[in-house]
This record gives sequence, structure tokens and C-alpha cells, in this order.
Amino acid sequence: TRLFVILFPFALKDAVDLSKFPVERIRNFSIIAHIDHGKSTLADRLLEMTGAIAKTEKNKQVLDKLQVERERGITVKAQTASLFYSHQGQQYLLNLIDTPGHVDFSYEVSRSISACQGVLLIVDANQGIQAQTVANFYLAFEAQLTIIPVINKIDLKNADPDRVEAQIEKVFDIPREECIRISAKLGTNVERVLQEVVNRIPPPEVSTDDPFKALVFDSTFDHYRGVVANIALFGGQVKKGDRIVSAHLGKAYEVNELGLLRPDERPTDRLYAGQVGYMVAGMKDVKEAQIGDTLYLQQQPVEALPGFKPAKPMVFAGMYPMDQSEYTGLRSAIERLTLNDSSVTVQRDSSLALGAGWRLGFLGLLHMEVFNQRLEQEYNASVIVTAPTVPYKAVLSSAKLIKEHGSEEITIVNPAQFPDRSLVSEYLEPMVVGTILSPDTYTGKIMSLCMNRRGVQKNMVYIDDHRVMMKYLFPLNEIVVDFYDLLKSMSSGYASFDYENAGYQAADLIKMDILLNGRSVEELTTIVHRERAYSAGKAMCEKLKDSIPRQMFEIAVQAAIGSKIIARETIKAYRKNVLAKCYGGDITRKMKLLKKQAEGKKKMRRIGNVDVPKDAFINVLKRKDK
Amino acid sequence: MSKSVRIKTAWTKMNSLLQCTKWQAGQLHQGCLIAPHFFLSSFLLQWPYCLRRCSYCNFNKYIPRSDNNHIMTECLQQETETLLQLSQVSCITSVFFGGGTPSLAHPSTIAAVLETVSRRAHLSDKAEVTLEVNPTPAGMSKLEDYCRAGVNRFSIGVQSLQDEDLKILERDHNTQNALQTVVEARRQCPGRVSVDVMFGRPKQSVESWERELSELLKVCDDHVSLYQLTLERGTQLFKQVQRGELSVPADDVTAAMYQSARRILHEHGFLQYEVSNFARHNAVSHHNMSYWKGRQYIGVGPGAHGRFVPRGEGGVMREARTQTLEPDVWIHEVQQRGHGTRRRIQLGPLELLEEVLLMGMRMTEGITHQHWQLFSSQMGLDEVFGTSMEVQELLKSGHLILDDRGLRCSWDGLALLDSILPALLLELGNRIPENPQSHRVANAQKEKTSTLV
Repeated sequence: TRLFVILFPFALKDAVDLSKFPVERIRNFSIIAHIDHGKSTLADRLLEMTGAIAKTEKNKQVLDKLQVERERGITVKAQTASLFYSHQGQQYLLNLIDTPGHVDFSYEVSRSISACQGVLLIVDANQGIQAQTVANFYLAFEAQLTIIPVINKIDLKNADPDRVEAQIEKVFDIPREECIRISAKLGTNVERVLQEVVNRIPPPEVSTDDPFKALVFDSTFDHYRGVVANIALFGGQVKKGDRIVSAHLGKAYEVNELGLLRPDERPTDRLYAGQVGYMVAGMKDVKEAQIGDTLYLQQQPVEALPGFKPAKPMVFAGMYPMDQSEYTGLRSAIERLTLNDSSVTVQRDSSLALGAGWRLGFLGLLHMEVFNQRLEQEYNASVIVTAPTVPYKAVLSSAKLIKEHGSEEITIVNPAQFPDRSLVSEYLEPMVVGTILSPDTYTGKIMSLCMNRRGVQKNMVYIDDHRVMMKYLFPLNEIVVDFYDLLKSMSSGYASFDYENAGYQAADLIKMDILLNGRSVEELTTIVHRERAYSAGKAMCEKLKDSIPRQMFEIAVQAAIGSKIIARETIKAYRKNVLAKCYGGDITRKMKLLKKQAEGKKKMRRIGNVDVPKDAFINVLKRKDK
Repeated sequence: MSKSVRIKTAWTKMNSLLQCTKWQAGQLHQGCLIAPHFFLSSFLLQWPYCLRRCSYCNFNKYIPRSDNNHIMTECLQQETETLLQLSQVSCITSVFFGGGTPSLAHPSTIAAVLETVSRRAHLSDKAEVTLEVNPTPAGMSKLEDYCRAGVNRFSIGVQSLQDEDLKILERDHNTQNALQTVVEARRQCPGRVSVDVMFGRPKQSVESWERELSELLKVCDDHVSLYQLTLERGTQLFKQVQRGELSVPADDVTAAMYQSARRILHEHGFLQYEVSNFARHNAVSHHNMSYWKGRQYIGVGPGAHGRFVPRGEGGVMREARTQTLEPDVWIHEVQQRGHGTRRRIQLGPLELLEEVLLMGMRMTEGITHQHWQLFSSQMGLDEVFGTSMEVQELLKSGHLILDDRGLRCSWDGLALLDSILPALLLELGNRIPENPQSHRVANAQKEKTSTLV
């Protein structure tokens, strides 16, 4: 994406001799920040100052950014760059390991972070600490990394670095003296950042004498070369032609290409312990190079790095083409997108109302949003995206079922698979810990919103005179649909929210059916918490009432739990539907109208004696428009 | 003309005259030597002018700019000749002067057109000849002359018996005018006067509607047409309602108005024979019945529609024809080309049946098996509709009746006809194959190259 690349003198040589860099002169670090606090701008400055990219070019990392990325300030695909930096007469190799900027990707973030020894925690001098600042801080803190707080945007008129330093001291327990005040935009004090990276962050504790061991912290797909894996070497060295093995799958590959990222690929012959680079080894699918996996030499197996977990979807949504004729086009678009993102799970699904489609699993809401926007960009037709659902679990009590499923605990993604209460000892729902930061004027409103969402307050602290940080334990299901938007609107955009997964908890879950004149509508069956059944059922009935046209019969729209009706709306029957006048001259026009209705009728789904237009299903099932 | 052709022509003419007589005597049956609908037709003359625009009307109508009565008359006669010749219709079973405001036409125009019709085809003196009348003093004063010109039935646009409402609707008459006109019309054509009334008007309630209808029943003759006011896009009334200056009764209210009118009329001996039409003493409108029975009709005048087989140019398929809309252009075309037909579309077997269905189901008697067989000799009503699940449901729910008489709506079903028709049309489409050739395209080319007559 960058046009002007000035190569550092010795990078010009085809084969950079990286053995020149002893581990003591290597620093691996990340930049972490809340949305728009200036992470990308600082990265650009660092790249310019170390000669990785030209200073003349106005480097703005806005190329190809999706709306959602701009709105929420995230970079989904991490950029990594090796910088050569001279400090007190010594050449240092600084590896800037970029991380996806949101906790939906917290697992990825934590894996990227585990390749580092330190982080730059950027905080906006005006906005101060935000929800994501807190989440990111804890990821780094728990990984026991050196944290260098950087207060950015001190050039802004409303900048208040003193207040922000006080917040950092209070919330993170970092002495205010350790903060570096900069303006990444103007380049003010950025040199100091590089000096502090060298001074404060320790070199990696690795040895080239150990057997080769590397962490995969990112991967992309290239049509010609296959998977390009970004790796951090935790020991030994690797060269072209080596036979390597992925610990997760146990598959062996031959190294075809190795190199540094400057941030463009610069091939080298070897990579050594403590260094960071890319590798091409004939992997055909991103699932073969999952983030967090360990690579080692076939001849010298090593113990895998701890903490590897395959990506686990936490939010599911159905995707259907607006018209079934667009199925193939949409399929290839989804395939193209998942080539680069192994964390999206894809399952074929079909709905009587919406036709053939897919059920996709995402790491979180934002991940889903990013995927959807990519899909829209990639694929210009309209896609029906259903409201997101979460994976529930059931602990089975029936021996027969346990045998059938091969385990006591099963995950339920589709309401059709929801086992009856009599067969389970308990149902479980996924939980999250949500962090909300907001000016204290909105505290009351936010607390009642959280209570309505079955949130349990874990703590509440003033991070300064006017700003409050609240932690809540939420059922994930309660925040997947419109929580974020409501929070934003009730706080005039000032509250920030972030969450992390917090395992599963027992929950009183029930299956709710929607009935039209007594007949169950399969595709509208949902799993809800008992407390929420009435409001969810009522909302669905109301939506259906508004979107099913009046018919010759009265239509009862009901929500039911088992045989108990919990909500009802009535669509009154037409009492009269006949055009008053119809003589010779009127036929053509009237015929057109009726034939259009007849055509429309063909496309409706008939449930009992009720014609339900596809739009009605879409209105009820789809995600709310932003 | 060869001898054989002459004999054949004479025979055909006789045959059709025979049909004509039978038709007038009301004993037209199946099993005629030659399909009767080729020779019979009703005749619609459309007078495009109005003195003013009613606030609810979006019909093709024009405020006359100059007195062109004479030219208009000539052109109407010319077009009448053209279309009668083209259709080879030998018997006109009824004539209807509609509009616009045909009571603005001079009685001599009416006489001239009727004279032209009689010259080209048989028009029995018993045939129904209806004229729509705006109940203004001017209209009323001409009723006698219209009768002399050959009109024997009047359809009077009373619309409302509330002066205030007539103002809102921007009608050019008041209640008193309307009542006087009805009296005069009945004097001229006893037993053959129809009144049009409108419900669902702004501010109207069910009670006021019922009172009004009772008033009307005191003065009216043996035929009543009632229409629900429909808000048409582009009309003054539509805008007023959109802007919130006026409001019209809700759907449930107009439904109640319709049902109470049906009941009240029934109590007064009026039988409903169509969605909007009621008659006692058998005073049904034969002209309108022929539309609903799917018979041929010839439409003359700006914007008039017609449905007939152009046998004069060797046609065998019925065509849907439309005359040019704008009166000045229409006049110009008739003068220059001898005809004012703007659009012709051939109706394939399915399309013809669709129209038969759409129109036939509006009648309380529905579509009889005999009626259906005239148009669909291959497949009976039972075969087409009997097996459909949805039709079965409609039969079961009592909205629809399919028995040895034919297919029809029940009392309740008729008020919901537009919800029933899509299902019937779908079923019909499933049974009857679409015309393989795209007759529209073929016809479009024909339209360019051929000159009629």
C-alpha cells in the first residue's frame, strides 16, 4: 500500500545478514490504543523516522478502510514492520508488531502481544482513558509486558495531558512521570518514544542456540504463494528449505520463502531467534497457519508455546441472498473473504422463508460488522443478514442423548436443536465482562440500561472528577443486538464500551415459538431467557403485525412457550376489499394490479391459511439497520 | 361479389339478426350456428369534456376550449363507422354514452351517432341506450331532447345529497338540482333511471350515510350504483387528504357503509347483481352486464377502450383497443387517418380468460358453466379451479361457491373479491398455458405498418 519505500542501506543487499543483530539489540513491541487515539499515525511516524518509508509522503493509513473500521478505529489486518534504529552508536532492530485493534480479536491481540516484551499504550490527551484503553492495558498487563504510556495529540486545543496522566496513575497505577507526551501528527517528541523503546523494553529472552521455535501471530492469503504467515522466533534459526511442522495440525511443510517486513516483504536467507518476519511454506489454507500456533523443525520437535486455542465463534448470524439467483455469487464472495480470515466459521443453512444461505460464526460483534461491510463492498448485491445469536449450551441429563452426542455438554447454535427441559440438567449461556467509561452525567441512564440487559455491576470507579468506569457482567446475548448503539445515543456518543468473554453461566433458557393462527413458524423460533420472553415475544408479534398484510381472515400472531401463549397481536381481517368501479375501460389497469398481487402471492410463504410475504420474515429476522 | 359469397353474406347477416332478436328477447343460448359473440357487441361512446374538474376525479377528461361540437360529432360518426366496419359486428345490443360529461353533448350529436350506428349495424329500438347525466339545470333541460334523439335510459350522477359534500367534491350541482333531475328523468324514461351515489366521503359517518341512502330511496327509480370514493393520486382531494386538510373514513368504516347499504337496498327490494350495482323490477343495466359477461364492446371517442375481434381485417383474436387520449389529437387522427385507435393488444386465450374471470366474478351470479364454456371449451370451471387447495379453503370458509350453476362469490365473499381474485388468477395461469408467441411484440410491429381500414 505504500508507494515510496526508501531502503535502509544494508537492506538493499538481497540477503540481509540478520545474524548481525544479537538478541540484546532487538526490541519487540506493539502499539495499543482506543479508537482514534492515534495508533496508526504514530506507527507511520516511527516508520518514517527509521527510514522504512519516505517522510515526504503524507502517510495516512486510511487506504481501503471500511466505514466500520473508521468509525470504530480498528485495523483488522495487522501490519508489522521491522525498523532499524541507531541509538548511542548502536544499530537496533525494532520489531513493531501491530495488533488488531479490538477485543473481538482479543485472542489475536493477546497472541500478538505474546510476541512482544513491551507495548506503547496510547491515550488521547483530550478524550483520556476509554473502554478499549482499559481492555488493552489488561491484556498487556497480564502478559507482564513493559507498558510505556504515551499521551498523544497534545497539540489539540482541548488537550489536557495533566488530567490524562492523573487518570493513568489512578486506573493503571503507572507513575505519571513515566508518560511520554507527544503529537504523532506533528512528530513532536516521537524520537523520545523510540529512545524509550530501546531503554525501557527488555530484549527477548531467547537464544539462537536453542532449537527453532516460532509463534504464528498473523497470516494472510496470497493467490500465488498460498498462506503468508507472520512469525516471531522464540528460539533457534530457520532458513529456506528447512522442513517445518505446525504444532496444532502436525503437518509438515518446506520453507519456500523467508523475510523481513519493512513493512513490505524483504526476502532474507535466514531468520534468527528474537526476530520477526514472514514465511511462505506451501500452506494452502489460512486454517493451516492459525494465529497462536507454534512452528518447529521436523528434526527437532519442541513443546508448543502455551495458550493456543483455535478461534471460537461467539456470535452467529444467518446470511441469505436477497434473491436465490444470487446464491452462487454470494457464495464465492464469502469464500473469498474467509480465505483471509480463519476465525469466521461457515455452515450451510437453509430457511423456509429466506431460502438457501449460511450461518456464519464470528469472534464478536465487531468482527461480524467488519465482515458484513467487507461483503457488501466485495459483493454489490443486497444480502439479508439475520439478527445475531449466541451459542448456548446444554448439560444433558439423558444418558441416551449423552451417548448420541458423545458428550454431556452440547453447544446449541440453531434453536431447532434446543433439547427439551426434561432432557437437560441445566442450560448455559455465554457471559462477558463489559467495561463502560463515561462522563458521570450519564451514569444513571447507563445503569438502568445495563440492568435492563440483565447486567450485574461488578465495580464502579471514578477515574477522575467527572469520568466513571463501570464493569458489568452481562449475558452476551443481551449486548449483541443494539446495546452499543443505545449506549452511544444515550450518552451523546461519550460513553465507550468494550467487553471480554467471561465463560458460561447457568441460565433459565426457554424456547419460544411464534404462531400464526395456531401454526408454528419454524424459522421464527428463538431461544430466550425466561425473564426476557415476554418482551421478546411481544416485540416479534408487533413486528409481524406490521409486516403481514391484512387478509380475508383474522390472523392471530402469538408468541408461545410450550402451550402457553405469552403475547398476542391480531391482524384484523379485511372487511371489504373490492374495487368499487369496474367497467369496460377499467379492466387493463385493474388486471395489472391483480396480476401483480398474484405474482407477489406466489412468492409468499403460506402458513396454514396465512400468506406471509418474505419481507415480513426479513423485518423480523434481520439485524436492525444502523 | 361472387354468388356464393353473396349468399354466405346474406346468410350470415340473417343468422346474426336472428341472434340479435334472440338476444333482445333474453333467450340467447349456447348452440348457435355461429358463435354469437362475433356478431354482437355493445357500443360505448366516450364524451371527453367536462365543465370543471371534480376534486376526486382522475379520469381522462378535458375542459373544452372552444365550441367544436360540430367537428367532434363528425369525428365520432367517422370513428363509429370505422370500428363497426372493422369489427364486422352486425348487431349492437346496447349503447352507452359515458364521459366526461356526455350531457354536455348536444342532443343532435347523440342522434347523429345513433343514426350512424343504425346505418352500419342493426340497432333494435328496444336496445338499451343509456346516457350519463350531470344533474345540473342545463343537463335536466335537455333530457327530453335526448329521449327524442333515441336515449331510453339515464344514469344520473347524484353522488351525494349533502350540499356541503358536493362542494368538497367540486361537483357543479346541488342537492335540489339532483332531486329535480331524477324526477324529470323518471318522467322521461319511467323505470329506466339509475342514480350514482358515493360513500366514504370526507367526514361521512355510517349513520349519515344510512340517512342519506334512505332519502335517496324515496326519490330514486329502479337502479342504484354505489361507489366508494377512492383517493386517486394527482387529484385535488388526494392532496387535501395528504396535507391533512380533509380526512376520509377509515377502512373499517367504509366497509360498514358498504354492508349497511347492501342491507338497506335489499330491504327496499333492490337485488344486488354486481359489486356496485343494484336493481329492482329487473331493471339491470344490460350494457354493463355485457362487460361483466365478457362480451365484445366497441369504444369510440378519446380514451375509449374496446374489446373485439377485428374481423374486417381477417382477425380471429380479440383485441384490447384504446383510442387516443387527448381530444384534439384524437380529432386530428380521425380526420387524417380515418381512425383514432392508439393501441391494440391481442388477447391470447389465457388473457381473455383472465378478463372473463375478473369481470364475471363481480356479478352475484358469478360465472356460470355455460358462460365459461363460451370462452374455455377445453376446460371447465371445475377442472380449472376445483383442485386448488386455496380455492378449496375459500369454498370451505364460505367465501366462494362452486356448484352446478358455476363459480361465484358468497354475500361475504363479494366484498372481499380483490383478495380472492389473485388466488383464482394464479390457478388459472397454472392451468392454461401462456400464449407461446409474444403477441404484443408481433403486434407492435403490425401497429407501425398497418393502417386500419
